[in-house]
Amino acid sequence: MGNLDIKLKVDASGLSCPLPILRATQGIKSVASGELIEVVATDPGSVKDFDAWSRSTGNAMVEQESTGGKFRFVLRRK
Amino acid sequence: MDETISLVLFSGTDDKLQAAAVLTAGAAALGRPVKIFLQYWALDAFRTDRIAADHGLAPEAGEAGKAAIQAAAKAGQAHWAETLRVAKEIGGVDIQACSLSMDILKLEQSDLDPLVDGVEGVAAFYINAGEGQIVFI
Repeated sequence: MGNLDIKLKVDASGLSCPLPILRATQGIKSVASGELIEVVATDPGSVKDFDAWSRSTGNAMVEQESTGGKFRFVLRRK
Repeated sequence: MDETISLVLFSGTDDKLQAAAVLTAGAAALGRPVKIFLQYWALDAFRTDRIAADHGLAPEAGEAGKAAIQAAAKAGQAHWAETLRVAKEIGGVDIQACSLSMDILKLEQSDLDPLVDGVEGVAAFYINAGEGQIVFI
C-alpha cells in the first residue's frame, strides 16, 4: 500500500473495544514524533473510535481503509 | 474544562466492573486522567485472593445475558482486571480504596491487588475529582 514509511505495525485483529485504541496508544508512544504506525482491527466500532482518538490526541489519520471486515489505519504521531 | 473523569465503583459484579474498565481504558487512550474510587462490593472484588474469581453478574443479566457474557469471554474478551492493567500502563489512571469501606470489610491495603494505588477518604476523593464529571457504577 503506497510507499509510506511505517515504523510499527499493530495487529489488533480479533480484539474488542477498547483494546484496539489501547494497543494503538501503546504503539504510538514507542515511535518518534512524525513517525507512522499502522493498526489493523476487526472491531467495526474501531472506525469511529480511531476517528475520535485521532482528533482528540492530535495523532493524525494518514490513511484509512476497510476491506473484507478488516479496518486499517495509518496514524502519524503528533 | 476539567478533563478528569472520576468513577465511583460500588458494584462488584463482573459485568459492571467490565463496563467500568472499558470506560477507564477509553479515557486513558484519549489522554484524559481517570480517578477510580472503590467502595463496598467493588472494593471487595479487588482483594488479591478474589480478583480472578467469578463475581457473578447484575440481576438483570438473566440466563441469556449470562450466556452472552460467557461467550464473549470464551471468544477472548479481556478480563476487567487485565483491561485496567493496560489502562494503567498507558498512564493517568489512579485507583483509590474508600477508607470507610476498608474499615467495614476489615481490609488492609496489603489485602488488595497492586492495581490499587492507595486508600483515601471521601473528602480527598472530591478534591481530586475537581470540576470533572463523576460517574457512579
